[in-house]
Amino acid sequence: MSEQLAVGAPLKVQRWTPLSRNFSIGVGVLAVALAFVPIVLDSNIVQDLTNLLILVILAVMWNALAGYGGLLSVGQQAFIGIGAYATIYFAQLGVAPYAAMVLAMLVAGAISVPISLFALRLRAAQFAIGMWVIAEAISILVRFDHALGAGTGISLIQMNQYDPSYRQAYTYWLALAFTVVFLGVLFFLLRTPFGASLQAIRDDEDAATSLGVRVASRKRLLFVLAGFGCGAAGVLIVANTLFIDPSSIFSVQWSAYMIFMVLVGGLGTFEGPILGAILLFAIQTIFTQGGPWYLVGLGATAALFALALPRGLWGTIEERLGLQLLPVGYRVVASKTPTKTEGETA
Amino acid sequence: MTLVNAVVQGIFLGGYYAVLACGLSIMFGVMRTINLAHGDVAVLGAYITFVIVDRTGASAFVAFLVAVPVMLVLGYVLQLAILERSLRSGILTPLLATFGLSIVIQNLLLITFSPDVRSLGGSAGAVTTAGWHVTSDLTVSALGILVLVVAAAVFGAVHLFLTRTRAGWALRATAEDADAAELVGIDSRAMHARATAIAVAIAGIGGLFLAIRSVFDPVSGPIQLIFAFEAVVIGGMGSLWGTLVGGIALGVAQTLGAQIHPQYAALAGHVLFLVVLIVRYGGGRVSLPRLRGVVALGRASRQ
Repeated sequence: MSEQLAVGAPLKVQRWTPLSRNFSIGVGVLAVALAFVPIVLDSNIVQDLTNLLILVILAVMWNALAGYGGLLSVGQQAFIGIGAYATIYFAQLGVAPYAAMVLAMLVAGAISVPISLFALRLRAAQFAIGMWVIAEAISILVRFDHALGAGTGISLIQMNQYDPSYRQAYTYWLALAFTVVFLGVLFFLLRTPFGASLQAIRDDEDAATSLGVRVASRKRLLFVLAGFGCGAAGVLIVANTLFIDPSSIFSVQWSAYMIFMVLVGGLGTFEGPILGAILLFAIQTIFTQGGPWYLVGLGATAALFALALPRGLWGTIEERLGLQLLPVGYRVVASKTPTKTEGETA
Repeated sequence: MTLVNAVVQGIFLGGYYAVLACGLSIMFGVMRTINLAHGDVAVLGAYITFVIVDRTGASAFVAFLVAVPVMLVLGYVLQLAILERSLRSGILTPLLATFGLSIVIQNLLLITFSPDVRSLGGSAGAVTTAGWHVTSDLTVSALGILVLVVAAAVFGAVHLFLTRTRAGWALRATAEDADAAELVGIDSRAMHARATAIAVAIAGIGGLFLAIRSVFDPVSGPIQLIFAFEAVVIGGMGSLWGTLVGGIALGVAQTLGAQIHPQYAALAGHVLFLVVLIVRYGGGRVSLPRLRGVVALGRASRQ
């Protein structure tokens, strides 16, 4: 809050504001409404919306790592690739495609546990590039496996059993379910005392440590959550495109997208990455053919935001207007009448 | 015998990695940060040399001498325009800013030079083809020797600069404690810019060797950054001569890996890097500093 608090004024800790309460209800209504999209709208739109949801999951997960854990990873494509290839693997074993997708997401999350044991001991650039090397190494291992299409890629042919428009609807619903689950888990995690400790780590890791916050275990939880989340995104990518190859699914370009969305939207804010994902989706829709100039623009914008506007669009809006739509923090406000209780203002 | 040959070829390859990593090591030593666009800067150096060769028909080495001042200026500008600003706002900002820069450089190269694969091998003269068969299995190429000699010269020159010149002392003082250096009248901004200029110029030498040894294209940078960073970490972050050793260790690991299967080359390097990281940072509760502490305590209690 920007306004000065009078000395000695009775203080009150507030979590919800009328605006954020209404907005959160609105988000709930939106999620329900989104579930009806495949019934109402054209299947091309459904496929586009699935892409948007994939971007939202990726942005929110990368922000969970970097924004709250201070962990800048350039290697989250490792989990995207694991999710995608595990889907193919389970489908080849004869598991029903959509069951294979859920299993694959769980596998990606499970693999993030042993990786976290060592990766989280690294700091800053070591962690960033260490994760990148892990992604490269996994990508090379996939290239050796001829059953997984080696270097040339492989199709998820098991999806042929579905009619295309049904398939797109199912995939969309899966994407929506994953989005609701991962955003929901992160939202409620951040609202617990646990979340307060995460935000303390975000603001000052050393100070949080000295206050007794168990930084390592908090970071591990975020890392594993991001492993599940990026795995889920990988699963959805293969379900939506039906074809993957190691050089594109393990491409560092995914990290570039995640960094762009989070930096532009707002690092360390809950709403920012969602805004960033919508922006990237809009940019991708306008510049459909992509191309190098589009990437020059993305890279330059990300660098500019890092240098000039480190809290991103949403962080700046939040700072200037004191606005919070999905409240994960606490607000201290001066109440004019000390007797007023929280129930009355709400 | 093929194993001996693999090791020898690995040492030559390692000389290249060491040159590539030298600038990264200098920047980390002085500013405690990693330039994620380092590989792209090296490739940019290769393209600048390529353009000069293409326009004038000069030898690649002569062209590179012309490219050096361009690289030095680029380094200065890079530091003053981007890195210096990012250093002031936390340890993640330089990484984010240089990652963005890396994408910009790659795609600007793509727009300017097309995705075609290029090489400077043809314009480097006889050195690329000359070689000696020491035994039937062991070949020593002139280019390999040249890369090693240049690597030794680069590291030697940087070492002498840092230890024997006033400018080098000022640079080390800034690396040690920038604020204290400011107190005795050293401009840390200028020192940082100087370090980056030197790092970028040396990255250019790496780019030159990349272009002569094999081929390059606009997106060759990221993997060069990974190899360079691996060399820095294997040799020990913050140690200049360690980077030379790390580069050679990486090169040998890759050629030994390629002995098993050509596709294992890069993987073997990655594995060596990850093993070094695990041993150095993942070694359970007993770490070396802690052991030293215990020994020191033991001594103190005896006195």
